[in-house]
Amino acid sequence: MAKEELMNYEQALAQFEVVIGLEVHVELNTNTKMFCGCKNEFGNEPNTNVCPICIGLPGSLPAVNKRAIESSIRIGLALGCEIAPTGRFSRKQYFYPDLAKNFQTSQYDEPIAFEGALEVEVPSGNKFNVLIERAHMEEDAGKLTHVGGSTGRIQGAEYSLVDYNRAGVPLVEIVTKPVFGAGAEAPELAAAYVRSIRDIVRALDVSDARMERGNVRCDANVSLRLHGAEKLGTRTETKNVNSLRSIERAVRYEIQRQAAILAKGGSILQETRHWHEDRGITSSGRPKSDADDYRYFPEPDLVPVQPSREWIEELRATLPENPAERRKRLAADWGFSELEFRDVVNAGLLDQIEETVAAGAKPQAARKWWGGELSRIANDESKDVAELAITPAQVAELAGLIDAGKINDRLAREVLGFVLAGEGSPAEIVAARGLEVVSDDGALIAAIDAALAGQQDVLDAIREGRMQAAGAVIGAVMKAMKGSADAARVRELLIAKANA
Amino acid sequence: MSEITPDLVRHLAGLARILVTDEEVDKFASQLSLIVDSVATVSKAVEGDVPATSHPIPMANVFREDVIEPSLTQGQALSGASDSADGRFRVHAILDED
Amino acid sequence: MTDLTRKSASELVDLLASKQVSSVEVTQAHIDRTNAVGGAVHSYLHVSPESALATAAEIDRKRAAGEALHPLAGLPIAVKDNLTTTDAPTTSGSKILEGWIPQYDATVVAKLRAAGMPILGKTNLDEFAMGSSTEFSAFGPSRNPWDLDRIPGGSGGGSSSVVASFQAPIAIGSDTGGSIRFPAAVTGTVGTKPTYGAVSRYGLIALASSLDQIGPVSRNVLDAALLQDVIAGYDKHDSTSLPESLGSMVEAAKKLDVKGMRIGVIKELTGAGFQPGVQARFNESLALLQAAGAEIVEVSCPSFEYAIAAYYLILPAEASSNLAKFDSVRFGLRVTPEGNPTIERVMAATREAGFGPEVKRRIILGTYALSSGAYDNYYGAAQKVRTLIQRDFDAAFAKADVLVSPTAPTTAFKLGEKLEDPLAMYLNDIATIPANLAGIPGMSIPNGLAEEDGLPVGIQLLAPAREDARLYQVGAALEKMHEEVWGKRMIDFAPELEVK
Repeated sequence: MAKEELMNYEQALAQFEVVIGLEVHVELNTNTKMFCGCKNEFGNEPNTNVCPICIGLPGSLPAVNKRAIESSIRIGLALGCEIAPTGRFSRKQYFYPDLAKNFQTSQYDEPIAFEGALEVEVPSGNKFNVLIERAHMEEDAGKLTHVGGSTGRIQGAEYSLVDYNRAGVPLVEIVTKPVFGAGAEAPELAAAYVRSIRDIVRALDVSDARMERGNVRCDANVSLRLHGAEKLGTRTETKNVNSLRSIERAVRYEIQRQAAILAKGGSILQETRHWHEDRGITSSGRPKSDADDYRYFPEPDLVPVQPSREWIEELRATLPENPAERRKRLAADWGFSELEFRDVVNAGLLDQIEETVAAGAKPQAARKWWGGELSRIANDESKDVAELAITPAQVAELAGLIDAGKINDRLAREVLGFVLAGEGSPAEIVAARGLEVVSDDGALIAAIDAALAGQQDVLDAIREGRMQAAGAVIGAVMKAMKGSADAARVRELLIAKANA
Repeated sequence: MSEITPDLVRHLAGLARILVTDEEVDKFASQLSLIVDSVATVSKAVEGDVPATSHPIPMANVFREDVIEPSLTQGQALSGASDSADGRFRVHAILDED
Repeated sequence: MTDLTRKSASELVDLLASKQVSSVEVTQAHIDRTNAVGGAVHSYLHVSPESALATAAEIDRKRAAGEALHPLAGLPIAVKDNLTTTDAPTTSGSKILEGWIPQYDATVVAKLRAAGMPILGKTNLDEFAMGSSTEFSAFGPSRNPWDLDRIPGGSGGGSSSVVASFQAPIAIGSDTGGSIRFPAAVTGTVGTKPTYGAVSRYGLIALASSLDQIGPVSRNVLDAALLQDVIAGYDKHDSTSLPESLGSMVEAAKKLDVKGMRIGVIKELTGAGFQPGVQARFNESLALLQAAGAEIVEVSCPSFEYAIAAYYLILPAEASSNLAKFDSVRFGLRVTPEGNPTIERVMAATREAGFGPEVKRRIILGTYALSSGAYDNYYGAAQKVRTLIQRDFDAAFAKADVLVSPTAPTTAFKLGEKLEDPLAMYLNDIATIPANLAGIPGMSIPNGLAEEDGLPVGIQLLAPAREDARLYQVGAALEKMHEEVWGKRMIDFAPELEVK
């Protein structure tokens, strides 16, 4: 495949205005499929979570999963959408072997939710208000495996195998209105938007929301037009963007690719493109000749969904705090600098710090331990911080012991290690291992004397104001006391001795 | 006459994935023209604001609980298939080899 | 013991319950009858004598042991071959399903089995229930027992002929535009299309989902009532299933009283276009009803002018979608063209070979009716005509308790007579179609013979949605009046079939 020409990114933005649109499919975490009672579960033997309904046997009829309706309404509410007083299912018709009935039961002109908005913040700190056109329910298709071709992809395959375990799994498709004015940050905005959706559906507990598992899938639409032009440019839709990073890269690539074509006087083909993460390019997908004529009509086997106002309000009451709102609140409560707060968010430590503060720690202390030592340990062990064997309550306890002067930083790090090794809570470990800071002045003075043995000139130096000498003695005392001395107290006692 | 031309019949047969011979195309075109002419009257009948009826007996909010029901076994699922392999339905190549 | 096959279902039920006959005897008698005359009539596509006798024997054993049994236990029955049965092939009259053994029983079939009713076999129908004569069955037409050169009606000509020729006491049919009622009229039998949603469609191979309904086929009204009481009822597998019970049809059929009832004659379904004998018998029945104390009123339903047009847009549209699943992948025929075909070509070749001309015609018409650009004028407009028809019925039922018309314009025509003229074929359903469009129940009962050809004619009764009981009340009363006038049951006028 010949590599397509790209225009320099800054140049492209100088010449063109970027418009993006995002379609995100969220796979719901219901127990059963959208229209039948088969298990909604990943990883089973092929065609074992199937029934007459989801493999489209003649005579079968769909029955709507109530929990899927609830999840869809909650997603709509969380996105600030109107919930339709009447929603209807429609048949979207096309032939493909992964589609058991050769139509997908979806929603067309009466989706369950519409007209919402989501505030999305990009890494630079800029905020965008992304308008949501609609959120609707539909069912997933089965899984095709292509056999015989060299790459396992569809081109050149001899035959294909179909597994319908995934057919009928409930999906919610969220469609934005065209997003204007993102300019150079369009790629970041696209990724940040999808991350927000992911965070929201995770917080709602309606989806496992793991992009790498396909629980959240994104199709990115990109079009360019000359600055000040009224008409929208022709858009392309890029599929197979499986990670936040891919979304950013794919959008950026499309901007550069389209700009190169337009600058030469060419025109953009309206098509679906496929993102290749390994090569960092999009390629032309199969042209869909009858793609435009899905011959939608209302699904006759299902009756309308008319959620009552009471039910909607009941569901609204189950919504957790909107992540953006929550971040504002925590930022204000904790008093971090903007940079500090952003670091915490980017490192995914909001939950941990919030819980640690709730257990009594000061915000800065919580931030220091989670963002510092614990993140370092997690990194070393190639783990997620959340997977470490320590609880926010224990971290709070640790910080409390420091505040009370019972241990110092160095001892705290030791104690941390023992907590992670499963020896118990910080307080238990300090007691069991005798790791308390020595606060007995007598013991400290004895240690100072021992360290000073044969070094009278040190005291002279200290008296004369040459404090470097003090450092060596303090260091020796700390070493002798195995770090359990309070360095500040040792220093005080040393200076007092020198001036005595 | 009506808008059902042989070309349209071929296009529709394509959308519906039915192979049609030339003879069938012509025959269908003339038969369907007659039918379409006679049914074209419906659009006149409903001038004005008449709502559509998709369901003869109005009902709404028919749901089932999110509870697992027994599935078919793999063997049962595949029992009607012309061709299967590795527990999956087997179909011919989806694209022409280019 | 007189010939058991000449007894009505309710008579057989009494004989079985009082242990005067065994189920094996009754079942065997009908199997013998089929062996004698079955070939000439061709009602069955598949017979299951072994399993029917096994069920019969099991019921006899239980009855002898004093176990509690369903009232209809041991009464054999025939089932239209568009209902799935796990122990017999289900073809829907089509080559594309030849030999298919379903993996699940239709809900109605499960109910018959739970009641302990031996299933004698699967009856013939026009392919996918599209037709009025069974001439479009891929396996050859059925014949009218009154005249073997004539059609038995369609699509359910197998069920009507099996009952009319005494090969089964009762049968199950399905009705989308008259497929139970038209065959009943031309074979001198009884057939009911219940209110839409009264009987579960789960397991009925769908033709037009918003029009299809399953119903009883019998030789008299009480037998149909017995059967409707068994098969009706809410089913969670069918989202269009009525949650409430419609009461007992048997009780309604026993009332035998029409005093004070208002009988509405539909102006648009009389006069020109109706064969003289059909019209004459209809008028005579009106006189009988009046003499029995009913009030005859005239009603007008002007929107019926568009009923056939609306029907022949809605049905093909929904059918084209319902039949998309027949694509060689999961079940049914697969035709593999020469060379290295793609799945698209295999699908197209399979559907070409597997579907007959009427089915293809309707799929193409339906695809057109749904296509973008045509939708508003065709399918969309037809759905609006339904509203007008419902409004006309509402107005009519304000003036009458039950509406009546001749069931069909003509008596049974000869095989081959209307095959090349689809429009002429469609006109058979002119009186029956409006009930399906509106979802209201309709029944056809025998209404005498037309003097010009000596063939059966039917009278159609219509009631408001959910008022099926009124049909049984009026139908049974009129049937009794007929017997008093004729001196015998309608079916006793039928010529004897030559026994092999």
